[in-house]
Amino acid sequence: MSHYSALAILRHGLTGNRHWSRAWRDPAPKPKYDVVIVGGGGHGLATAYYLAKEHGIRNVAVLEKGWLGGGNTGRNTTIVRSNYMIPGNSAFYDRSMRLWDNLSQDLNYNVMLSRRGYYFVFHSPGQAEGLRRRANVMLANGIEAEFFDRAQIMKRLPFLDYSPTARFPIYGAFLQPRAGTARHDAVAWGYARGADKQGVDIIQQCEVTNYIWDNQKIVGVETTRGSIRAKKVALAVAGHTSHLAAKAGLRLPIETHILQAFVTEPVKPLVDHVIVYGAAHFYISQSDKGGLVLGGDLDGFNSYAQRGGLPIVEHTLQSAKALIPSISRLRLLRQWAGVMDMTMDGSPIIGKMPVEGLWLTGGWNYGGFKAIPASGYCFAWTIAKGEPHPDNAAFTLERFERGYQIDEAGAGPYPKAH
Amino acid sequence: MLRIPCPVCGLRDETEFSYGEDASVRRPDMNEADQKVWHDYVFIRDNPRGPHKEYWHHVSGCRQWIVVDRDTLTHEIFGSALACEVAA
Ligand SMILES: Cc1cc2nc3c(=O)[nH]c(=O)nc-3n(C[C@H](O)[C@H](O)[C@H](O)COP(=O)(O)OP(=O)(O)OC[C@H]3O[C@@H](n4cnc5c(N)ncnc54)[C@H](O)[C@@H]3O)c2cc1C
Ligand SMILES: [Zn+2]
Repeated sequence: MSHYSALAILRHGLTGNRHWSRAWRDPAPKPKYDVVIVGGGGHGLATAYYLAKEHGIRNVAVLEKGWLGGGNTGRNTTIVRSNYMIPGNSAFYDRSMRLWDNLSQDLNYNVMLSRRGYYFVFHSPGQAEGLRRRANVMLANGIEAEFFDRAQIMKRLPFLDYSPTARFPIYGAFLQPRAGTARHDAVAWGYARGADKQGVDIIQQCEVTNYIWDNQKIVGVETTRGSIRAKKVALAVAGHTSHLAAKAGLRLPIETHILQAFVTEPVKPLVDHVIVYGAAHFYISQSDKGGLVLGGDLDGFNSYAQRGGLPIVEHTLQSAKALIPSISRLRLLRQWAGVMDMTMDGSPIIGKMPVEGLWLTGGWNYGGFKAIPASGYCFAWTIAKGEPHPDNAAFTLERFERGYQIDEAGAGPYPKAH
Repeated sequence: MLRIPCPVCGLRDETEFSYGEDASVRRPDMNEADQKVWHDYVFIRDNPRGPHKEYWHHVSGCRQWIVVDRDTLTHEIFGSALACEVAA
């Protein structure tokens, strides 16, 4: 497998780009592995990569029922941030930010990280106080945060609606300057290539349908491509977590909901940052191709359908127009949805399950893209050592019975409210 | 857009309703002292990929809570009933 570099581009360019080797192999499944990871999204692939790289565990397979990154990893709006304030979240997401820093070099794959800054616009004095508190907690934790009043934000983001008729007046904005975006497909492909290079088998079109049991212990999986034995089975299947957990006799504090995203036709550079609307669930950024990337709220009821409904289209576009009137005549090019594993406290679960042989990373809600590097790192650690890394120690399944929910939004046990 | 059959008002748009939650969840008896039973009631859900009984509130209609039988994978709706009649 060739190393990617400027020189390689030049060399392959001179030979008509006819000699590039494939980025990862396409092996048939072996009958037995040390670890089988179910789900070829960012979390599964990153876990395989760090199992091989950090722990020397290379006899690993990643099984994906569709294609790599075809789940939420290839469907998200690519925002990378760490504006968290609850213990348990802060250190974890900041580890992720530090891993993002060097990810392209580490993987030898350009994940197109763009630290363009993340503005959260607020619309009332109360909201300003809440965000100021968040900013102060972040600063105390060593995570940069800045605060701007209305006059300052009018200079920085001149295209928002500051008119007297604006439905929700803009009081100012909070900024995490190190936050930004990354190319989602590249994250899946980069981790896949990096894992494959170290001997991990990446097997697509292979759906896990059940487990192989030895007494009370899981010792492998049944798949659409035959039985595969494994010392450890690790789930990284996002919205399908409850479905696969149920086959192991587990019921989880998770509901599956759909989240949509939208892209407009491309325009010249307009939105230089990620901007979040504080008055409704809406956020916007601009892709390198020029399309405006829009996101909104969950559709609001349990669903595995992986397609969104029109009420949220309307809600999102109304919010877009309320925040940035000048984009009202752009046309939408594409709209899609992903199935989210929403937990009862809005925070993830990483760890060993109460069934012998089964491990889980899940409950990523709608914030799991930015988490991919730290989640892969910590989940690999947990699987290899049989105990959590300090940074994911709080993300247990048992926290719910012990009263240690990590409820960043303060929304209570309502998955659709996080 | 879901089209939800309300037993009182007939077939109405999803936007007239507010979603409640999984209607198979039952509050334990108030004398229940087992922590696990309460934990499961508050936090644990079957979250099926398939048929699901769920509460909807017809807020912009008759204001009744109803139980809708819906497939979470296909969004097909099989029927509905007034929640007060289902719970009784
Ligand atoms: C519209 C949208 C916007 C989002 N925006 C952001 C954002 O801006 N920032 C952010 O941080 N996060 C965001 N997220 C969340 C983020 O995308 C997810 O949390 C993250 O990608 C989850 O990664 P994953 O690897 O767990 O899941 P996935 O990428 O979904 O991977 C799971 C894989 O498991 C496979 N699978 C399922 N069942 C089986 C089976 N039985 N056998 C084999 N394979 C199986 C699926 O096919 C899938 O490929 C967004 C999500 C959506 C949908
Ligand atoms: Zn009605």
